[in-house]
Amino acid sequence: MLDLLAQTGLNAVYAASYISLVAVGLVLIFGVMGVVNFAHGELFMVGAYAVVALYADLQVPFFVAVAAGLIFVGCLGLVMERALFRPLRDNPLGGLVASIGFLMILQSLAVLGFGVRMEHIPPVTQEVLSLGDKVRLPVARLYVIVAAIVLLSSLWYFLKRTRFGWALRASAQDPEAAMLQGISINQTARIAMFIGAGLAGVAGALTAPLVSVNPHMGHSVIVTAFIVIIVGGVGSLEGAIVASVAYAFVHTFVTTFYDGVLADIVGLSLMLIVLIVKPTGLFGSADRA
Amino acid sequence: MPKYIVWMVLLVALLLLPHGLSFSQQEILVFLTINVLVVASYRLLTLTGEWSLGHVVIMGVGAYASALFSKKLGIYVPVTMLLGGITAALVAVILSFPLFRMKGFYFLIGSFAASEIIRLLWKRFRDPFGGAKGIKGIDPMPDFSIGIYDFDFFEPVSYYYFSGFIVAICLWILWRIEKSPVGLTFHAVHWQDKLAEASGVNLRAYRTLAFAIASGFAGIAGALLAHYIGTINPNSFDVEVMVFVLTWAIVGGTATFYGPILGCIVLTVLNEIVLRELGFEQMRPLIYGAVMILSILFLPNGLESLVQKFSQRRADGLAPNKASKGAAE
Repeated sequence: MLDLLAQTGLNAVYAASYISLVAVGLVLIFGVMGVVNFAHGELFMVGAYAVVALYADLQVPFFVAVAAGLIFVGCLGLVMERALFRPLRDNPLGGLVASIGFLMILQSLAVLGFGVRMEHIPPVTQEVLSLGDKVRLPVARLYVIVAAIVLLSSLWYFLKRTRFGWALRASAQDPEAAMLQGISINQTARIAMFIGAGLAGVAGALTAPLVSVNPHMGHSVIVTAFIVIIVGGVGSLEGAIVASVAYAFVHTFVTTFYDGVLADIVGLSLMLIVLIVKPTGLFGSADRA
Repeated sequence: MPKYIVWMVLLVALLLLPHGLSFSQQEILVFLTINVLVVASYRLLTLTGEWSLGHVVIMGVGAYASALFSKKLGIYVPVTMLLGGITAALVAVILSFPLFRMKGFYFLIGSFAASEIIRLLWKRFRDPFGGAKGIKGIDPMPDFSIGIYDFDFFEPVSYYYFSGFIVAICLWILWRIEKSPVGLTFHAVHWQDKLAEASGVNLRAYRTLAFAIASGFAGIAGALLAHYIGTINPNSFDVEVMVFVLTWAIVGGTATFYGPILGCIVLTVLNEIVLRELGFEQMRPLIYGAVMILSILFLPNGLESLVQKFSQRRADGLAPNKASKGAAE
């Protein structure tokens, strides 16, 4: 029993790692630009396909493929910022619709390029860490956990300790005041979009060998990310991380001991309860709407 | 030209329309008719300023209710459609208690969560909802004859006439509601909520009323769909369908009654007929997504703004004196 609990806890830590990468990116984009990026799950999917194309098909080393996925998806984010979100800055529903349009384009490009069937990716490593008798951690999952910790702490450092980070947080708090201080809103939007999209891409790239890669995999990712950012408080990075961990544990444990559909219901109910009791989320500030 | 002649021409055109189409296009026409009711009822909800992501699941509530009423209780099919609508409205009233504690963006997300829970409950409980496979073999509409025309519901044309008739009645009721004092209050709740509240309008009650009415008509639309295709499952009402409804409303524009309907018709014809005929089968979502992006970038007020511009210009052209007089003053 204890083994099972430990194993499930380990699985939850793995799930929390990639969920928090996706959710933090989504929060960053929402915070700085005020748009709900519905295509975020598809950015995850593109990251996964970068690994399919480079690592599985072209035999590029795995970590080079992951880095390429990060940069490629980050650039995709720049394209979205310039072409969609900047012209629609004063139209929040517009940004949402445009991101849905972009989502459909990305999905059908993936179908055209790779077909609808699931992609088979050769495992990166077969190594498994044994912690105790029955508790095992595949090294491929360990990569995801380590990458999440490294990336999120460097993001934290960037936001709290560098001038760019200050500018980014300033324009998230109050765009007009930030502009008056000489901060370029377009510049901070670009940075936020590159980082936010890049994080989704790297999460997709790292998990690609562990999940079934298909053009429609973004759907469940975006639903999870939404739950997490609502529970954590829209616009709060710390909240997104804490909520990712909480959600991953609840979801993984309910899936293990009951079933997956029930876990989804529990997760959504959690979000609904948070919305009813404290709509700004666990870490949200009161004035954000 | 008197107004009723326009309506007569439109009626004849709609009656003749399916006879020039192929079988699959006739089927699309039936879906289009039902979807018109879905977007039109969705607009009633947006009148109060709230955008829901649960409208399609509410429609599914109507579909499931109508299917179960006819299958398990053996109620006569057209009656079950009405009951489906009523069930959907009741579910909406229940949902309104948690949901209307939120506004704006939170309502959008909250409605998504609530509706997704309903959808997952259908998936989880095999009895009576049939689990992931849903309900199969839903009783079709019984055939009947009205003297000049025999309704045979294996033919899409017959179902098109039947659903068209129901949808037309529903649209008329929706139109009357919007133009009634209640409808005007919906507008007030959206644009002047503080003033309306100070004038003694119970905002919460009117929001709930709009939500319940919109959901009731969505439920009828769902029931129409269920008895046509004969099989429904949780995936027929997932968020991707909702995204389509949202797109129709936004691309069409929600400032006028016809805006969302226009969006629905134009985008469906473009997606299902033009792109299919041109042989872009694989690339349809790609082009559809591009059209969405282009229309939101270059037509932010929707297709209805084009119609308004056009009719404005024509009115100016017909009455140049009036226009110049107005300018002189």
